[in-house]
Amino acid sequence: MSAESRRESGGRQDYLRVAVVIVLASLVTIPIALLIHWFPTQASVESRKIDTLYDVLLIFSVPMFWLVATTVLFSVWRWRMRPGEEELDGPPIHGNTRLEVVWTAFPAVMMVGLCTYAFVTLHSIEKTHRHMTVEVMAQQFAFRYTYPDGPGGKPFSTNDLYVPTGEQVEFKVHAKDVLHDFWVPAFRLKTDAVPGITTAIKVTPSRVGTYAVVCAELCGLGHALMRSTVHVVPPEQFKTWLAKQKTTGA
Amino acid sequence: MSATATSPTPHTTTAPHTPPPASGLQRFRVAGWYRAALGLFLGVAFCIGLDVLVRLAYGDHPVYSGDAVWMVSLLGAPFGFLIGLGCFDYWFYWAAGRPSRPEDHSSHGAYSWKDYFRVNTDHKVIGTQYVVTSFFFFFVGGLIAMLMRAELAQPGLQFVDSSTFNGLFSVHASLLIFLFIIPVFAGLANFVLPLMIGAPDMAFPRLNALSFWLLPVAGVMMLLSFLAPGGPFASGWTAYAPLSTTQPVGQMFFTIAVQFAGASSIATALNFLVTIITMRAPGMSFWRMPLLVWANFSTSLLVVIATPFIAASQFFVLLDRGLGFHFFDSAVASHANGDVLMYQHVFWFYSHPAVYIMMLPGFGIVSEIIAVKARKPIFGYRMMAFSLLAIVVLGFTVWAHHMFVSGMQGWIRVPMMITTAIIAVPTGIKIFSWLATLWKGVLHLDTPMLFALGFLTMFTLGGISGVMLAMIPFTIHVSDTYFIVAHIHYVLFGGSLFTIFAGVYYWFPKMTGRMFDERLGKIHFWTTFVFFNLTFAPMHLIGIEGMPRRVADYAQQFAGWNLAISIASFFLGLSSLIFLWNIVTSWRGGPRAAANPWRALTLEWQVSSPPPVFNFDRVPTVVGGPYEYGVPGAVHGIFKPAETATAEARPQPAGGH
Repeated sequence: MSAESRRESGGRQDYLRVAVVIVLASLVTIPIALLIHWFPTQASVESRKIDTLYDVLLIFSVPMFWLVATTVLFSVWRWRMRPGEEELDGPPIHGNTRLEVVWTAFPAVMMVGLCTYAFVTLHSIEKTHRHMTVEVMAQQFAFRYTYPDGPGGKPFSTNDLYVPTGEQVEFKVHAKDVLHDFWVPAFRLKTDAVPGITTAIKVTPSRVGTYAVVCAELCGLGHALMRSTVHVVPPEQFKTWLAKQKTTGA
Repeated sequence: MSATATSPTPHTTTAPHTPPPASGLQRFRVAGWYRAALGLFLGVAFCIGLDVLVRLAYGDHPVYSGDAVWMVSLLGAPFGFLIGLGCFDYWFYWAAGRPSRPEDHSSHGAYSWKDYFRVNTDHKVIGTQYVVTSFFFFFVGGLIAMLMRAELAQPGLQFVDSSTFNGLFSVHASLLIFLFIIPVFAGLANFVLPLMIGAPDMAFPRLNALSFWLLPVAGVMMLLSFLAPGGPFASGWTAYAPLSTTQPVGQMFFTIAVQFAGASSIATALNFLVTIITMRAPGMSFWRMPLLVWANFSTSLLVVIATPFIAASQFFVLLDRGLGFHFFDSAVASHANGDVLMYQHVFWFYSHPAVYIMMLPGFGIVSEIIAVKARKPIFGYRMMAFSLLAIVVLGFTVWAHHMFVSGMQGWIRVPMMITTAIIAVPTGIKIFSWLATLWKGVLHLDTPMLFALGFLTMFTLGGISGVMLAMIPFTIHVSDTYFIVAHIHYVLFGGSLFTIFAGVYYWFPKMTGRMFDERLGKIHFWTTFVFFNLTFAPMHLIGIEGMPRRVADYAQQFAGWNLAISIASFFLGLSSLIFLWNIVTSWRGGPRAAANPWRALTLEWQVSSPPPVFNFDRVPTVVGGPYEYGVPGAVHGIFKPAETATAEARPQPAGGH
């Protein structure tokens, strides 16, 4: 690259080249990113909203990555030191206030926008409807579930978690010994089980099936094996199951 | 090139004052390793005695409790070692009213390899001690990661049981955070920062030496936990209560080691602050400081404000476990009214700023390298400095984003989400300014620059997943999964470690006086870059799919990816051996380095490689900005002629071609 062409480079044409590459690369990779099968089964109303939020985040993220990667690779391709340029210095550009204002303001606006959207999503997944309650007791290294309204209005406890589709379930989570975490990946929701306080998540199961319950907070030796299952069943089947359960007392 | 470049290197001069080597029993009386061993022995004996006496006084049975002796000894015995080694000699002489030895600079400079194993007050020796020690723990921590990946190559338990596995990831993270990333940055800055601002040394050289020697104490303590009864600490580097307060005594090796590492950090940060504020060369205004100095100034502010919080959190754990306090005890059986969430708030009030403690010095390193290697001034120098300060302030407002699923009050999550996302703005300013610095530069694509560019792209990925993690609904799903593991490794490996490699290669000629092998350096970069991505990129996917972190065993559905990750990670481990080989052989027999092989303007390159014992034979005067590349006739620092100099020693531009 001659000194002449170096001086003339970096103008409008180079900006345009970089912009075109960013747009093309994004157009190719955004669909790929969206097509990747990221999430486990969607088994709750909330999971759909969370997955959509992730898709939107991907759509914003991919061009940001290409902006940085393309500029780096383009600069390397266009302005790397060639033989004979060992003593050459670049142009003494110290800054550009307009540009700096733009790249401060633009991300700030984008962040506020994303936060607003995330807040709306959060608000909608945590809205309370008419719901049933299940108490979850976590201890090293098992979950135990208590239904306050068993047959005859008495509470009963079980190791099998059954919930109906279409109705919001509030899980009230307790811990007996150390921290645990009640997580159903198919519901996309989790909360820590904390000794001394009651934490809660609200889920509206939407898809019949059997899904894993995972302890997601390091709780000691058996942490990796602290698993349970949740059976999501149609409402009628849930009623039948509930009626069959023997009342065991609180 | 400045006249000082011809100064003799410390290796070729003799020590100004060499006391005759002690022999026989005399060896236990002079500062050194013999006395340190004796001090350690006496320290342990004192702690056992104290413990037995107190238990006798309280009528406890049995009088000898191994658990209690471990805890008291871990706290007390290191002081015996440090006193024996000589870290406190000067202050003890002074406090006792005895004549403290006049400063004859006998503990300055290194004249043989043995001087690196003594209490030395030369910031350059301490810097080297820091970097080498941290890299020792880097390789140990890396080996532990290899063991973990071997276990995780297949579902089920093959090599270690789950107790050992919990210990492995806990020690891995603790070593690499507290004994590698934080101190290696402090070490690099220890070496170059006083040189960069034109100071003869750090403000408090003896404190500096003490800061260093606290580190091996902390590191060895963490490693020794593998020998503790009941196994190593196994509650993660986060040591969440009440799991940590109910663990076997191995947990205390973490709790107490963190106190030593933390004290080391705080002392060094104070030292940096005072050095930067009071010891800048004439003309070196704040707005003429290189960005590495700005970065360490910001980092030190973070350290002095935040680190006491982790010290407090670990003292709480110590009191809970050792003396039956109930800070965090809220178990149903104990009927105590402890507050479990308090631990997490105090812990993250340090440990989120700690993320920036582990990143800001890297920003400084990359700013130096990109300006020099692109032969252009840093774009938007003042905004680069201001954005560092903005990160310092904002860094204290985001801690609870680590606690979105902890069960804390729900409303606090939203402001924490917003502040977390807003940190992307000053970080973005930095990334865009580096990109603009590259634009139209003359890019020298050697090893330090490759690592700097690798950092730019990989840290962007870590930043992007960081913004995703600010979004509460998404984090509710992925917190405590492999997505988090992927994110922190993109930030700490693709981010911090790449800048550390860049910095070590960049200043290697200055620190050792030798050049490294450029070809091996490039191979090291490309193997690290490729296998880093193959190792950590798939973790995003398996995390979202539902694989929790910190498990020795996992569901069959993740088997394929985990095998691929393990294989890639072994190659990643091997790639670091290329680095080791390059550094060791180059240090021993690499070609001699010129004073200023990169044609850089900053002051550390205007003295010989390695620099003279007192850095500058003549105090430099700073007359311009640090990155005026391409400005015709620009000068950063000049060396005024000495009184006795001949007429030919005119003021010389520093870093001229």
